Amino acid sequence: MSEVSDLSAFTHKRDDGTLEVQLAVEGVTCGACIQRIESAVRKLPGIVDARLNFTDRRLNVTWRDGALQPTRVFAELVRLGYRGHPFQPLKAEEQEITETRFLMRCLAVAGFAAMNIMLLSVSVWSGNVTDITPETRDLFHWASALIALPAAAYAGQPFFRSALRAIRARQLNMDVPISLGVTLALVMSVIETANHATHAYFDSAIMLLFFLLCGRYLDHAVRRKTRAVAGNLAALKADVAHRLEGNEVTTVAIQMVRVGDRLLVRPGERIPADGVILSGKSEIDESLVTGETARRAITIGATIYSGSMNFSGALTMRVMAAPGRTLLDEIERLLDKSLAGKSRYIRLADRVSRRYTPVVHLTAALTAIGWLIAGASLHDAVITAIAVLIITCPCALALAIPAVQVVASGTLFRSGVMLNAPDALERLAEADTVVFDKTGTLTLPEPHVDNAAAIDPALLEIAARLGLSSRHPLAVAVAQEAHIRLPYDGAVEETGQGIRAVVDGHEARLGSAAFCGVASLQKTDAATSTICFSHNERTALFEIRQKLRPEAARVVQALAGMGFEIHILSGDRPEAVQPVADELGIANAHAGLKPADKIAAIEAMKAAGKRVLMVGDGLNDAPALAAAHVSLSPISAADLTQAHADAMFIGDSLRPVLDTIAVARRARTLMWQSLAFAIGYNLVAVPLAAAGLVTPLIAAAAMSGSSILVTLNALRARKRFHEAQASSLNFVFPACC
Amino acid sequence: MNVIIYLLPMALGLGLVGLFAFLWSLRSGQYDDLDGAALRVLSDDDVRREQGRAS
Repeated sequence: MSEVSDLSAFTHKRDDGTLEVQLAVEGVTCGACIQRIESAVRKLPGIVDARLNFTDRRLNVTWRDGALQPTRVFAELVRLGYRGHPFQPLKAEEQEITETRFLMRCLAVAGFAAMNIMLLSVSVWSGNVTDITPETRDLFHWASALIALPAAAYAGQPFFRSALRAIRARQLNMDVPISLGVTLALVMSVIETANHATHAYFDSAIMLLFFLLCGRYLDHAVRRKTRAVAGNLAALKADVAHRLEGNEVTTVAIQMVRVGDRLLVRPGERIPADGVILSGKSEIDESLVTGETARRAITIGATIYSGSMNFSGALTMRVMAAPGRTLLDEIERLLDKSLAGKSRYIRLADRVSRRYTPVVHLTAALTAIGWLIAGASLHDAVITAIAVLIITCPCALALAIPAVQVVASGTLFRSGVMLNAPDALERLAEADTVVFDKTGTLTLPEPHVDNAAAIDPALLEIAARLGLSSRHPLAVAVAQEAHIRLPYDGAVEETGQGIRAVVDGHEARLGSAAFCGVASLQKTDAATSTICFSHNERTALFEIRQKLRPEAARVVQALAGMGFEIHILSGDRPEAVQPVADELGIANAHAGLKPADKIAAIEAMKAAGKRVLMVGDGLNDAPALAAAHVSLSPISAADLTQAHADAMFIGDSLRPVLDTIAVARRARTLMWQSLAFAIGYNLVAVPLAAAGLVTPLIAAAAMSGSSILVTLNALRARKRFHEAQASSLNFVFPACC
Repeated sequence: MNVIIYLLPMALGLGLVGLFAFLWSLRSGQYDDLDGAALRVLSDDDVRREQGRAS
């Protein structure tokens, strides 16, 4: 049987006729990797260029069509000790990149304009107290107008568009008063300049845009980085399927699998699509689908779901559209229902702006009326009212929340938590009840060697390196114990029995009891599997089972200490759930729940006034995640589940759950502080503006001063995580040098 | 004060040159890999002509 790899879903033709593919590369850690990878790949025949983006850990390879099998690039990477995964940018990431670039251009334009206008304005201000002639002042004002008007028209687009969208939807957001303030300031300044007045507000308007664009750009830059890592992780999960065509196996991207295709699923691989078994016999682990940890024996005719792990035998399957009334159908139906029932959360910034905007506009109107009653001219009254609008233009207020958001999500990102939903931080801070799934959430998603401590380390190392040559889940579990992650040369896998290789002159075997020549032992319980090892007369027996995530007990204890109500809602059998609950000291554990039962339980808690944080990974958790107030998923979660989680965490430890809550709560405190400060600033500034005392100089100083203070306050969200921090990203990019 | 006639356009012109230089560098992808750029400078392999490309 021949095997080819079809990468056409990932390659695209460039204008000059060369082909290009992007690979997410695992194992890149330092500057030397750039050199090693690029020079080695460039030496391959037919390669036009190879360039590694170190920030995103992505390799861009271009080659002449037909001159090279792209699989050679993968082989070359493996030879160097890296792993490449074909990568296709997600739509969301591409949009984010376009948006970030646009904001960067706006920022550049606003920065250029702000600097030049300020240069002119400072001349006018110092001239006003010395001997500037009215003609020179007018010239400077016109020059400012010449810069400010086109700059504002370009750099203000993000705000104008958003404000228009909000008004069309008959709503108010922060961009409405911003757009109004900027526009009025510019229009008034032009009219005043035409009337040879002393004051113009060009500098304030443009500086306002510059500060706000800074905040908005940083917000997008953090989101872009998050999406880049999420995209790499998706590629690392290697969504490929082996399609059978006659006697040929083609490795294709999972997106290219069609209903009716025949697929080959080898032991140790995840089932790529829903379907029925055509031939073969195996046991499958459906824990990612249902939460059930006991393996299900399947044979010809059985229905299998994508995401299940094939354990023991090679299978051929036919892809089928899920035929009604299956588990997936039910989950999708429940998802639709819980998404429809979910009330749209109104973000703090929007809640503030809904109250703030009418108050500000009313104040401006009252100012104008007040001055008219006091006998001022219509011109002076309107000018003063506009000054009120300019000074209240919510620069600090609009920065208060995004600035904290940026710093807090950056902190979370470094400790391995990626926010999916922009409002996740605020909702996380409100949670008072935590609901855990068991399988894959409280426990590690992959089984581990339970008795590693009791085995001679030297023996364990040999067994583990031997395990690297196999994809059998039990061998993979043993392989995780390896310190030197290099498989032995000449390791041979005998299907259904084990792996053997010659190590230090003696044959080492890892596999079934019979294969290793060890007397078979009685199985201790259903949840434990065993695998045997022999080398030079010495033998070992590895007990492999689901282990709790590291620090799970401490995290649960700390959460309880913080006053959280903790529940377990699991789809697994009660015998499997109870020991975990006992070990962690969780009293409220419910087992054997269907997806609908999980939703019902969460709805009951919500009805009791609880704000539920759901942590889960399985396909069966997806509807519950959508129903909860806020949700978290480990990165190992099923794709559909991840799409509905508000945030994802990387790594084995459960600690990110605690970190996320801590950061979110701290961020909320800082947001409120900044908001209070911004409102306090307005309380001082508005009476001054209404009294007609605010000159452009005061406006500029007050605005930039308040913005900088709010930003500095936000920097306090950078709380350090000594323990969790460094380890998290190494999980994605393990050390190479 | 007639000198302003020259100085103002010159100042603006210089500022615009800076702005367009920045926009050009943005377009040519020089900000796509900031971490990598910091490390590439340390490698000796500067014989090969580097190609600036937007990804």
